Amino acid sequence: MTLKIDRDHSRFRDIVRGRIRQGLKKYISHGEMIGKKGKELVSIPIPHIDVPRFTFGSKNQGGVGQGDGKPGDPLDQGEGDQAGTGEAGQGEGDHVLEVDITLEELADILGEELSLPAIEDKGKSKIQSKKDKYTGIRRVGPESLRHFKRTYKEALKRSIASGTYSPDAPLIVPQADDKRFRSFRTDEQPVANAVIVYMMDVSGSMGDEQKEIVRIESFWIDTWLRRQYDGIESRYIIHDATAREVDRDTFFRTRESGGTMISSAYQLAADIIEKDYPASDWNIYPFHFSDGDNWSSDDTSLCMKILRERLVPVANMFAYGQVHSPYGSGQFIKDLREQMGTEEKVVLSDIPDREAIVRSIKDFLGKGR
Amino acid sequence: MAALGFSNETQLPAYLRKEQDKIEAVARQIGLDFFPTVFEILSYDRLNEVAAYGGFPTRYPHWRFGMEYERLAKSYEYGLSKIYEMVINTNPAIAYLLEGNSLTDQKLVMCHVYGHVDFFKNNFCFRSTDLDTLGRVVPTELSREGYDPNRRWIDKLANHGSVVRRLTARHGVEPVESFVDSCLSLENLVDPHSPFIVRRRIEEEAEEGPQEPVVPRLKSKDYMEGFINPEPYMEAEKQRLSSEQKSNKGRFPAEPEQDVLLFLIENAPLEKWERAVLTVIREEAYYFLPQMQTKIMNEGWASYNHSKLMTQHGVADFSEIVDYADNNAGVMATNGKSLNPYKLGVELYRHIEERWNKGQFGRDWDQCDDLDERRHWDLQLGLGTKKIFEVRSIYNDVTFLDEFLTPEFAFENKLFTFEWSERRGGYEVATREFQKVKQKLLGQLTNAGNPVIRVLDANHGNRGELLLRHDHQGVDLRVDYAERVLEALVRVWKRPVLVATKLEEQPVLIRFDGKDHSRVEGQP
Repeated sequence: MTLKIDRDHSRFRDIVRGRIRQGLKKYISHGEMIGKKGKELVSIPIPHIDVPRFTFGSKNQGGVGQGDGKPGDPLDQGEGDQAGTGEAGQGEGDHVLEVDITLEELADILGEELSLPAIEDKGKSKIQSKKDKYTGIRRVGPESLRHFKRTYKEALKRSIASGTYSPDAPLIVPQADDKRFRSFRTDEQPVANAVIVYMMDVSGSMGDEQKEIVRIESFWIDTWLRRQYDGIESRYIIHDATAREVDRDTFFRTRESGGTMISSAYQLAADIIEKDYPASDWNIYPFHFSDGDNWSSDDTSLCMKILRERLVPVANMFAYGQVHSPYGSGQFIKDLREQMGTEEKVVLSDIPDREAIVRSIKDFLGKGR
Repeated sequence: MAALGFSNETQLPAYLRKEQDKIEAVARQIGLDFFPTVFEILSYDRLNEVAAYGGFPTRYPHWRFGMEYERLAKSYEYGLSKIYEMVINTNPAIAYLLEGNSLTDQKLVMCHVYGHVDFFKNNFCFRSTDLDTLGRVVPTELSREGYDPNRRWIDKLANHGSVVRRLTARHGVEPVESFVDSCLSLENLVDPHSPFIVRRRIEEEAEEGPQEPVVPRLKSKDYMEGFINPEPYMEAEKQRLSSEQKSNKGRFPAEPEQDVLLFLIENAPLEKWERAVLTVIREEAYYFLPQMQTKIMNEGWASYNHSKLMTQHGVADFSEIVDYADNNAGVMATNGKSLNPYKLGVELYRHIEERWNKGQFGRDWDQCDDLDERRHWDLQLGLGTKKIFEVRSIYNDVTFLDEFLTPEFAFENKLFTFEWSERRGGYEVATREFQKVKQKLLGQLTNAGNPVIRVLDANHGNRGELLLRHDHQGVDLRVDYAERVLEALVRVWKRPVLVATKLEEQPVLIRFDGKDHSRVEGQP
């Protein structure tokens, strides 16, 4: 059955895609594709074109709210749409929807939105680790595992049944039969069999905006890959002229200055992989983000060498994302394209601004590797 | 409802029809007075479609409705929210139910709908949506017996739809659509009071030019005349009026005009088709205006009545009470710290009902400042029900809150104001002081939440430029939007357009001449 709205809807989609009414394109807002980790609140991007009106600036307007709090207390942001009975359609809805949603659901939505294929496992053996869980109760066992409460209950039951219990002197003496013990069951748990190695250029030319783009992008890559594999490990490498491994927080915060030697990062990544993640057991995903301004062409050829010999052969996919910075020449992606472009496992993506993040995620994950 | 075209497939199933009859009878019993109400049942995509069109599936084509549809459809698919119901202000009223809702939900929705329809019929604001036989808007006097106005807006909006479609066929999609875009930017430049008063008096100009201004006199008995209309004051007024008359001489419009849309329709150099489009936009803007003006009252009234019908008049049976309460709690929830119009409205009606039941009004009550006495004040008048029915007829959101929001109510409901804090980079609680809370709330509702903008001069600088004035009430305009609205205005007016406002306390003129935006400090 076709709906009347389909015509208007496809016209709107065409505007969003930039096919018609190009003048409106610059007014499209996508909302932010970002997850708030704490409460796991996540906004879902829905393209929106505001119809401009004479309206009040929002910041100096303020408003009236309801609830607890002293003057000076902060207000929670992003009160979402209220589900409920009512005449929808008249009011100006919130443009960015914020919802309680689990990361798994989020990954599914992402997959659906971008029509990402499920990843084909390389067919590597899935390692299972055994773990004992104390979930059951048995009649025999070591004293150290005696379940006090259950034992007491049994003793109480017995003494009431046999008529020895008196409420005035509620003394319970457990006998051997009353004793109950905790028992364990062995659980098989899948262990991580995929690893993501994030590498980021933190040289002077990478600004805050560039890092924010990397942060958003790696959040989504993380979310998607975690959905695809039972367990996943992440390693973080930052580099300028030298590379070092850092934790997640440092990865996104550090701002160094100085030159750029991309090979240093590839070197370190290859070392980590060889040491900790044998290719026969692991699905390996190196991701590298940079503004593409490498120190010298010598270093670039060294990079190619490491890639060809040590990284690409073991990886499921090697991904390189290039952000635009005002200083960078952006040469590196061209070199990669020239020398590694034919390599199936190498995925290159250009990310000029935030709007391009979605497309770039699709570049990276759209191949189902 | 042949105009809808799908009435056959959307007919109510028998078990719901039975419920409808039952609910209708009970609703009449508790005093609700509504138009005949037609329920239709729709699948979720159909309901989303209808909601995207603002309730009218036959509206004019525009991408904006497609955008709204996408938002609704996505929200539904992701399980974020769904529309339970939609009711539109027509006579007979049409309400849409969502197929697949539980019976309890459907009953709740029906009760809610009867609350809305009663409100549409009886609240004075909606008088401005009465039509005459030719489909023109005619505000009528207050309710009489057998009030049965013509509100065939389904037909009217369908006519609008075919007007726009016909123009599109003749002039092409792109020009018509982009002109509609421009008009939509002006949609809120309306005068909410204009349907009820005569703004413009058509004065017969005497041939020998304007006469001496007549100063209006207050009524008085002979011996009081000198005190009530003192001579020196009358003289000063006369001076003032005549100097005003001189300075306004040749000014057009003579008085600042708040119905900017009407002003443009009458005076802008528009093509015939452009005028037709602008007229469509203006009529629909005025149709939806009463709903903006009574959001809190309307939702509050519907919620007040659905809870009364469901719980006290046996619409829900015992097995359904828990489901009902769960759903109702969801509707009434104050999410985070934002204000929920449903909740605010329903609580305020209950507050009024209680006050009038206990006689907590009038001079004695106002003058009593013994807290204990006030707390136990109960004259057992039982006037509550009568009062809230009166309130729902003759107030809108602004007057409703102005009159009935009491310090006690604000305290019990924990109302506060919030402000943007530069230091925190977010909003924070500002104060719980009653006067300030009330002030803020009223400020936000005034003029349906829109800035007051008037046409001041259509021949500014003697260059045919259009000068608008923003009545600055302490909140600045959003400048990037204002500039784009000026672009839309230039599209309509075809000469430079200016708006006089204040930015950060400084008087400013924002101007667009068709090519460049500029800003000049100072007043016109």
